[in-house]
Amino acid sequence: MLAMNYRGPFRVRAQQKPMPEIEHPEDVIVKVERACICGSDLHIYHGLVPDTRVGTTFGHEFIGEVVEKGADVNKLKIGDRILVPFNISCGRCAFCKQGLYSNCHESNPEATAAGGIFGYSHTCGGFDGGQAEYARVPYAEVGPMVIPPDIHPDDAVLLTDVFPTGYQAAEMGGIKKGDTVVVFGAGPIGIMAARCAWFFGAARVIVIDRIEYRLEFARNFSHCEAYNFESLEDPVLFIKKTTGYFGADVCIDAVGCEAAGSALQWITGRVLMMQAGSATALHWAINSVKKGGIVSIVGVYGPTDNLVPIGNVVNKGITIRADQCSVKRLLPKLIHHIREGYIEPRQIISHHIPLKEVSDAYHIFSAKLDNCIKTVLIP
Amino acid sequence: MENTSNKYQNIPGWGVDSDPNDNPNYPIKNYNGDDHQRLDWTRPPLQPVTVEILESVEQARMPAVFGTKLPPSGVSGMLRRYAFKYDESEYGHWLNLLLADRINVVEGILHDLSHFRIPNIFAEKGMKADWKYNRKELVTKIIVATAVTTAIVFWLKKKDGKSA
Repeated sequence: MLAMNYRGPFRVRAQQKPMPEIEHPEDVIVKVERACICGSDLHIYHGLVPDTRVGTTFGHEFIGEVVEKGADVNKLKIGDRILVPFNISCGRCAFCKQGLYSNCHESNPEATAAGGIFGYSHTCGGFDGGQAEYARVPYAEVGPMVIPPDIHPDDAVLLTDVFPTGYQAAEMGGIKKGDTVVVFGAGPIGIMAARCAWFFGAARVIVIDRIEYRLEFARNFSHCEAYNFESLEDPVLFIKKTTGYFGADVCIDAVGCEAAGSALQWITGRVLMMQAGSATALHWAINSVKKGGIVSIVGVYGPTDNLVPIGNVVNKGITIRADQCSVKRLLPKLIHHIREGYIEPRQIISHHIPLKEVSDAYHIFSAKLDNCIKTVLIP
Repeated sequence: MENTSNKYQNIPGWGVDSDPNDNPNYPIKNYNGDDHQRLDWTRPPLQPVTVEILESVEQARMPAVFGTKLPPSGVSGMLRRYAFKYDESEYGHWLNLLLADRINVVEGILHDLSHFRIPNIFAEKGMKADWKYNRKELVTKIIVATAVTTAIVFWLKKKDGKSA
């Protein structure tokens, strides 16, 4: 089968690989219909996530048709079209049973801090991902769900990560009616988090980034204010001033370890790799939020350390909330929101690209060419 | 200036999830006390271990499922095995894994060559997309790289000539 194949930082290609096999009685094999490139895929594409082995197939956002199933799979049938949450969750451990599906303890031998994730290095379990013609899906009756017939396939594939993660970013912010919410990052997750902040009753939503076309997209899709931090003298001071020198009620870090905006962070985090990436967005979030405010983190960071103003967290009494999204927990609510017409996630998709052109697809997304917002690969 | 109008209330879905009684605890979970049972839950069937799987020393037991692709091999594999002697809070774990990743890239190129495949690094880096959407910058990069290379070659030749 044809599959994306990682060859090293900034190098991927489409290549024939052996078909995946049933390795556990609760596995299914799906014929992939669509697979997105996620912003967090760029961190492994750029070589920033430890234990990313050459030959890995990325892809943790995909939908497809069940073509083979294990002996213990009873509810799913051959031919079912399913959406596959990016988390691999058993549904039986203490964490899954409490809804923390991203923290499953039965899906990742290589690290205890993270649950299993499709195609996201051996640090997240060493599973091949869905940027391929076929993929193995463990615990098929726990996480995945049959795609309702009224849900568009492009919306379905965005329900595997982007929409739920953006929603959970806002949810973790504990937004109250009338709040001012600042989202750092106008990538797909930041755009979605800004859009979802309104569901919780925000009165003002501000997005900060430096890519003009993405800021313009955020203004339209997320109905928010959007500012280029390169044209602001100091984004923290700007937030303070624009909130009456009070600070934002909620700040969301939707950037993670590749944030621009600080030479010190960039050199120590990206060039010298002395910290787990550049934490500029988190730094700004902590310093922009009000005293007693909430910082919600969905940006991905590496497993070592980062330079952040932890003293200000203490002195300002800030609450930090963070997690990988528990997709399964949110699916019923988010499908409801799509059906009600509150949101049409597929509007953020800018590119459909054949899987065989995966090298170009990654470069377009990574280098932000052709006004790329979100890329979907079609096997 | 802060927007004080209430136009935002016309945004589709505004406030639909703002019920203060629906405010979940944090981390967002339906707490049921199972945390106090520690690892004592009914486990799923266990996937047979058919290849070498490196296991965190912080794990009490092998999880029920895991990926089996790309078991550790070669020099990078030796380094990965060494890294897994350290726990997840130690630099010895992560920095050795990052180093192994870089060695693995060289192993990947050697693997390609040993299978009579010359990796097309330009294509793998998506240069075709650069040519299509970012031609001006690509051409500038090529010109600069050519100029720098030529200058270095001339300088080295001149240096060789002087020392001879």
